[in-house]
Amino acid sequence: MKPETKEFRSKAAQTLKNKTVLQSLEHVYTGFHEGRLKAAADTPDWEDLRTKGKAIKDHTIAHLDYYLGLLADNVEKNDGHVFFADDAAEARKHIIDLAHTREIKTVIKSKSMVSEEMALADALIEEGIEAVETDLGEYIIQLAGETPYHLIAPAIHKSRQEVAALLDDNFTVGDPIPGAGELTMLARAKLRAVFERADMSVTGVNFAVAESGSIAIVTNEGNGRMSTSVPRIHVAVMGMEKIIPSIQDLSTMLRILIRSATGQRISSYITMVNGPRKPDEEEGPDEFHLVIMNNGRDKLLADPQMRESLNCIRCGACLNACPVYRKVGGHAYGWVYPGPIGSVVSPVLTGLKDAHDLPNGSSLCGACHEVCPVKINIPRMLLELRWRAAEGKSDPAERASSMKERMLWKSWRIGMMGRRRFDFGARISRFLMRPISKHGWIKKAPPPVSGWTTTRDFPLVAAKTLKQRLAARKKSVDANRNRP
Amino acid sequence: MSETPTTQPRPERVTLFATCMVDQLAPGVGESTIEVLEYLGLEVDFLRDQTCCAQPAFNSGFRSEAFPVAKRFVELFEQVEGPIVVPSGSCAAMVRNYYRDLFRDDPDLVERAARVGDRLYEFTEFIDRYFGNDAISGRLSDTATYHKCCHLIRELGVDRPPLELLENVDGLEMTPLERADVCCGFGGAFSVKMPDISSAILNEKLDNIEATGANNVIAADTGCIVQMQGGLRRRGSKVQVVHIAEILAKSISRTVQTGIRTG
Repeated sequence: MKPETKEFRSKAAQTLKNKTVLQSLEHVYTGFHEGRLKAAADTPDWEDLRTKGKAIKDHTIAHLDYYLGLLADNVEKNDGHVFFADDAAEARKHIIDLAHTREIKTVIKSKSMVSEEMALADALIEEGIEAVETDLGEYIIQLAGETPYHLIAPAIHKSRQEVAALLDDNFTVGDPIPGAGELTMLARAKLRAVFERADMSVTGVNFAVAESGSIAIVTNEGNGRMSTSVPRIHVAVMGMEKIIPSIQDLSTMLRILIRSATGQRISSYITMVNGPRKPDEEEGPDEFHLVIMNNGRDKLLADPQMRESLNCIRCGACLNACPVYRKVGGHAYGWVYPGPIGSVVSPVLTGLKDAHDLPNGSSLCGACHEVCPVKINIPRMLLELRWRAAEGKSDPAERASSMKERMLWKSWRIGMMGRRRFDFGARISRFLMRPISKHGWIKKAPPPVSGWTTTRDFPLVAAKTLKQRLAARKKSVDANRNRP
Repeated sequence: MSETPTTQPRPERVTLFATCMVDQLAPGVGESTIEVLEYLGLEVDFLRDQTCCAQPAFNSGFRSEAFPVAKRFVELFEQVEGPIVVPSGSCAAMVRNYYRDLFRDDPDLVERAARVGDRLYEFTEFIDRYFGNDAISGRLSDTATYHKCCHLIRELGVDRPPLELLENVDGLEMTPLERADVCCGFGGAFSVKMPDISSAILNEKLDNIEATGANNVIAADTGCIVQMQGGLRRRGSKVQVVHIAEILAKSISRTVQTGIRTG
């Protein structure tokens, strides 16, 4: 997928004007976020589970090469095939070649963000292969010709009416809108025929278990189970960080993933795949392929300040908690991963120079850190990226700040390095702003605070600073003179 | 943190770090903070050389500009002993949680900053820790709701103490705020750089505030206060946004002692 991170502000502005989308986005808070809060409250050892989850991921990422080797060996022991792709293009080509050599006509896809990095469905269709998304949300998005809006709820921004128009060929605007159940049955009927003719499936991977060479897929619709059992070839795609050492760890990770994602204690389906069908088994594919993709993740791995982002298990809890995501929507972030975690990984994976608005588009409220099942300190990394973009100290090519900004902060520093300058600055500011103020507030301020007064009044600097007020009451002291 | 009040020996003197915003925009908050601390029997020192903790530049990414200002802060406050009290969770979090990132190439400075940070408390956190949440028995007849400032709850883990202090004010009728812990959209430079997003978040907050019907909304950070008051004024609302120190000071104003030691 081609990054459009540069358009964060303009796309955000579009969402801010779109009442229907903003209304739909409310659901991520009232549904997912509040569901997660309740699930966490109902789980007595919740904080311990998070701590354990973080420890599992920290350990795995620190020994990623070892566990990837172990995983590959064990998948092959199970008669599966493993392909390491260095980037999205390589992964895409491998899957397309595989489809061609096996004379595949129809590919069904189960939800996978990694396949979005490859823009796989479109690439298959261009090759003359039918490729259909089978997750209901993904299916809606595919019909609409869009990209996912949310990590686990790709069509969260679509109203029921829009969905009806996409799914029901006879629906015209103005008709009574069918219920969610009715719409689901429509999609189900259409997808059933595709499931029956599919000869290959592409699924994502929620967790790959190194010690057993298995993959686990979490779904609520059963499309994942259909995808792994009906077609004769199953291709699972994963980012190289989606790995955990043992089945024991899987139990911890599933508990925190599912509660954090939807507030459920367990999802409707958890599908485990241990390679292709064995001779004595009745169901399952003839071939199992695991594609493990890097696509820039080695940059995160090599970067001690950003490495923690590889702990992400893509639950979407940070999106649901984020006040910015709920106002700007998923497409504003301009690449596969939206929300707070997207603001951290997209700049590294696709380039900070174009994506610097992402880490800056945050109030640093910390809600993402608070809800993260593996305790990723997202605010700390947003600040790290802001620094890189502002000053370009680690890589001059990354610098995205303007001369004006740099001068502004330089003068700020000068003003803060002495108390007399600080008081003088306050006096100057008051002198300049007072004529345009009324009752101590300003309705239209000049730069650098002009942005503020587009929507809010700005307070006039006080007539006397606290120090000056206290001096009048003889209450301030010098640091070096205040102890007997 | 708030279950067992008065767990530590009480100090007799504290040093106030007012924060640059209180110092320049809301000096009344600083005076109220002093009044409350004096009511608790403390002598309060105000270091007249103080300016800013450097958070604005740090949060904007300009760490080389933030560095000398933060270093200056450490050098100034390490000259005094005893607790440092800050009427802002955000500035307290900067010193306690982010100086180590800002100073990371200078281990000695990280160490010195940690020693200052260890005795630096947010205002309500300080009262709760040393005096207990029932230490202030004031009276104030009014209606209010409470906004939970992000850095106070998430960076410092101070959730209940401010509410408990307010519940102890006789006559103050508190109405719970819907989504009290959701950000007001301030975020420092973010509020100026991306005003439309900041304001969209703010408007949700203001709708919830107005829905309470309370006359006042109480918060513990001047950044959030200016954001919410600026937005309320723009929409023509009469609701007042006040700092918790102001409310507490007002509630004890008839009992506060005068003639406290001066520096």
